[in-house]
Amino acid sequence: MTARIVLLHLAVLLLLFALQFIASDYVILTLTRIMVLAVYASGYNLLFGYSGLLSLGHAMFFATGLYAAAIGTTRAGLSVPEAFLAATLIGVVVSSIMGVIVLRARGVGFMIVTLMFSQAAFLTVLYFGDYTRGDEGIVILDTIRIFSFLGRTIDLTDPLLRYNLALALLAILVALILVLVRSRFGHVLVAIRENEDRTAMLGYDVARYKFIAFVISGTLSAVSGATYALMFAYAGSTLASIQYSIHPLLWTLLGGASTTLGPMLGTGVMFLLVDFASGFTNVSLLITGAVLIALVLFFPKGILGSIRQRYLKWLP
Amino acid sequence: MLDVQSIDCFYGAAQVLRSLSLRLEAGEILCLLGRNGAGKTTALKAIMGLVRVRSGHIVLDGVDLTKLAAHDVPRHGIGYVPQGRRLFSELTVLENLKIGLMTRNAGPEVLDHVLTVFPILKDRLKQQSGTLSGGEQQMLAMARALCVNPKLLLLDEPTEGLSPAMIARIRQSVLDLKDHGVTVILVEQRVDAVLPVATRVAFVENGRVTATMSVEELGRNRHAIDKYVGIGG
Repeated sequence: MTARIVLLHLAVLLLLFALQFIASDYVILTLTRIMVLAVYASGYNLLFGYSGLLSLGHAMFFATGLYAAAIGTTRAGLSVPEAFLAATLIGVVVSSIMGVIVLRARGVGFMIVTLMFSQAAFLTVLYFGDYTRGDEGIVILDTIRIFSFLGRTIDLTDPLLRYNLALALLAILVALILVLVRSRFGHVLVAIRENEDRTAMLGYDVARYKFIAFVISGTLSAVSGATYALMFAYAGSTLASIQYSIHPLLWTLLGGASTTLGPMLGTGVMFLLVDFASGFTNVSLLITGAVLIALVLFFPKGILGSIRQRYLKWLP
Repeated sequence: MLDVQSIDCFYGAAQVLRSLSLRLEAGEILCLLGRNGAGKTTALKAIMGLVRVRSGHIVLDGVDLTKLAAHDVPRHGIGYVPQGRRLFSELTVLENLKIGLMTRNAGPEVLDHVLTVFPILKDRLKQQSGTLSGGEQQMLAMARALCVNPKLLLLDEPTEGLSPAMIARIRQSVLDLKDHGVTVILVEQRVDAVLPVATRVAFVENGRVTATMSVEELGRNRHAIDKYVGIGG
């Protein structure tokens, strides 16, 4: 891995670390949300950007982590770390099972099947309202979110602590994604995206690679969901809806598919755009849509994807 | 080296290969000639495990390939360059080659060897492969197949759509491969592209090999070309 690639990613993380000393409480909260959801977008990007598999059902995995953490802490009596671990493991199991089923389809078929399963998961959340509290959602009490871990008291109601925990999670994710996409595994995923049949002809077990990518992607989505629930004390059905399957796709496209930092940038830009537009109009989505059309016209490969294409060929 | 024993293959209900048999010795360049739809490409796909063999066996140096998954076949030393090249067009020349090299965890010495056979690629390593000319793309496809260090290389119409000058270069590359000890099965419709390189020719008709002869015999028996391919040489 070249030094400038490492330096670039370190610089981004350092910038985010430094922001907490100058940003307002509102900006801190917004950035925390963006970082947690950027984990979701990056997990999605591994499957869509690098492997070429367009899933329309990733909300199912996000919701898996979200509800596993929320139900784990509020009903099963798990501590926050236990619930987080359980949510991650359940994410692995659910994405593995789904991977076995949905990866039998290709192309449009894959999109439709993932969408169907995701909708089924969404309806399941509503149907089992006794456990999930349906539309109302689950609120995790602050008393649960203040806990002891390795002899220290962790207070997830503290915005700065949440910010730094989200940043730590993001840093781990950045390192993981960088290593993955620059490894043999990452190169084969790109080959599969470019030409699945040709990759198989070269002697790669395409089904196995796609399955592994799917499970990693689904698990990262579940991790993001669990973190979201525990940090923001809420798990609601809207977070399991189709909207949350489309969001990571938009964030990834906006920032640049198959770039390591693109999904984070896309998540941030979209968040800030919606936030900015909703500040002075109640038709904010119209303005957001117009800006997105302009971005697609001028940056067809996403912001970082286009910058890589035109100026910085080395950008990972 | 390779023994294709009476294989039958189907696309749905349609039988494409009918008891097709072939034998190939190490160091040979065997050319499969035949009309469109005769089953030449399907025969290559069957060897690669990309089309299921319903009956019969394909044995490479004692290993029955019909019992292997498609992705395991190249690991036994078979490279395949399909019709239309099918490069990873968004990737650079070097990245295309690396994908091939990683299949068998081959080191830089294999890459050096491949670039010796295809020196034209040396200057193009950082170029996006989709922007190469047709002939260069063909050479890259062959080079990438060579990266898996094959003892047997299957080439499906490598001269398709190329200029006469490029055909001559591809032809020379095939001869170079032979000099490096690679055995080749070449599918072609252009008889003139085959005769200078092949050691033996097998005519495929209606899914079976109907005649096999050396290039010298073919030279003395030109009406065979009219009979099986439908064109004069």
